[in-house]
Amino acid sequence: MKEYLNNIYSALFTIFVGMKVTFKHLFVPSVTIQYPDVKLDLPERERNRLYVNMDDCIGCDQCARACPVNCIEIETVKSLPEEDLGKTSNGKKKALWVTKFDIDIAKCCYCQLCVFPCPTECIYMTDVYEFSEFERNNLVYDFVTLTPDERVEKKINFEKFEAEKAAQKAAAAEAAAKAKAEKKEDNKE
Amino acid sequence: MIYDFFTNLFNNQIIGIIISAALPLLLFILPFVLVAVLMERKVSAHMQDRLGPMRVGYHGILQTVADLLKLLQKEDIVADVNDKPLFNLAPVIVFAGSYAAFAAIPFTGAYIGSNVDLGIIYIIAATGLVVAGILMSGWASNNKYTLLGAMRSAAQIISYEIPTILVVLSLIMITGTMNLETLSQMQTGYFWNWMILGGPGTGLDKFLFIPFTVIGFLVIYISTLAEVNRTPFDIPEAESELVSGYHTEYSGMKFSIFFLAEYANMFAVSAIVATLFFGGYQSPFGYLGNTLGAHWLIPIEQFFWFTVKGVFFVFVQMWLRWTLPRLRVDQLMAVCWKYLIPIAFVNLIIIGLITVL
Repeated sequence: MKEYLNNIYSALFTIFVGMKVTFKHLFVPSVTIQYPDVKLDLPERERNRLYVNMDDCIGCDQCARACPVNCIEIETVKSLPEEDLGKTSNGKKKALWVTKFDIDIAKCCYCQLCVFPCPTECIYMTDVYEFSEFERNNLVYDFVTLTPDERVEKKINFEKFEAEKAAQKAAAAEAAAKAKAEKKEDNKE
Repeated sequence: MIYDFFTNLFNNQIIGIIISAALPLLLFILPFVLVAVLMERKVSAHMQDRLGPMRVGYHGILQTVADLLKLLQKEDIVADVNDKPLFNLAPVIVFAGSYAAFAAIPFTGAYIGSNVDLGIIYIIAATGLVVAGILMSGWASNNKYTLLGAMRSAAQIISYEIPTILVVLSLIMITGTMNLETLSQMQTGYFWNWMILGGPGTGLDKFLFIPFTVIGFLVIYISTLAEVNRTPFDIPEAESELVSGYHTEYSGMKFSIFFLAEYANMFAVSAIVATLFFGGYQSPFGYLGNTLGAHWLIPIEQFFWFTVKGVFFVFVQMWLRWTLPRLRVDQLMAVCWKYLIPIAFVNLIIIGLITVL
């Protein structure tokens, strides 16, 4: 009988204790963060989406070589002597047209290894972490500032320049050979 | 009153009956369910230090409307192996059972669906229909979880009807009436006339009643909680064990009818507890209408107090739901047969002796 009454008492008592706890929690400010409206501050050195500042890129290809998953693809074309590409913000002279700078962010493993070798500090991690896409192809980011026409043009320009140079060289070599031959003939005489 | 009014208005008894029968559903239960579902989610969220629905409307107040629209658009799935007639009939019976209870509940002094003398006994009998509907849905779904849920629900509701009826009987002994309208009118005046504080009497017996009416209130509150399958007595639904119990196989509108019936039931039992022990629609401190001399105000005030009391007890049900864990089946039966029924019996006998004195 004593146990029976004790059970009733402890049941009622514990129910009221529990109800007191939950009632207090009704007035505790909630811990919810209204995510798309309110965003938490990220840690200082967070690693998210890569960004390349093409104004500073000298096309040295060091980031692509550092990448462990090969998600960076770079193609460059040498500039012509009369073209002036300007300087980077830390005073390096740019000598190459960057005609392809693709980062496949779907492959990227966010290791940040590409950031350290960059001599001009133009590739770095940003705080953007919401970049989901419906098409996987949209995750290949193209950072080149040239238009597609310009890229082709630069390539053709360089090829022309090379061809001219080769022609000049060939002409010069021919001329030299001629001169040599004449000289030889002179010597014979 | 309302029935007479509509009968005279249309000069046709059938239209009068239909309109007065649909009134509580359209004017009260549907809006109440919309509010109560949101309230449940908000109360649960804030008790767990969350915010709950926030995106539809200001602080999510239109969330239930959006959910209702979604449920309306959903496909009504009936599997091949279901027992189709029973499967389709079950939600109707469950809702009819819980809606029938509203017929005898006095909303205000001016509106009661049917002023039957058997009032409270009629309500208990009518809500018994819910068990049949739940068993039908569990069986017709042809699914082990629904059948288990339905069996548990039937066992639970039938067991817990006994303490409910015993407490109701002890109240009938005090008041001498089963009519809820008369019972509400007896508790008029101030809150010390409420049954939980010994009823409208003035003698020594009023004070002797007080501890036993409080015990009676606790017993009937716990047992009605079990009758509407709410936590801690929600083993028929037991979402962690039985998917969602007897309405697992239902979708779309049929599911929402079950949902509607559940919340209608919650309000029905809260209203019954409020009517039996807390003065029904009576105001605790007199009426503004009387003070101002505006008698048309009184029914509105009464409706207000009735709603406030009902919603308060619904809130306590939610509060308990988010406080207590679920009972095991054997614990559930032990609470009923070993604790509530003996207590209710002793209570009944003591109240009977006091009444005789």
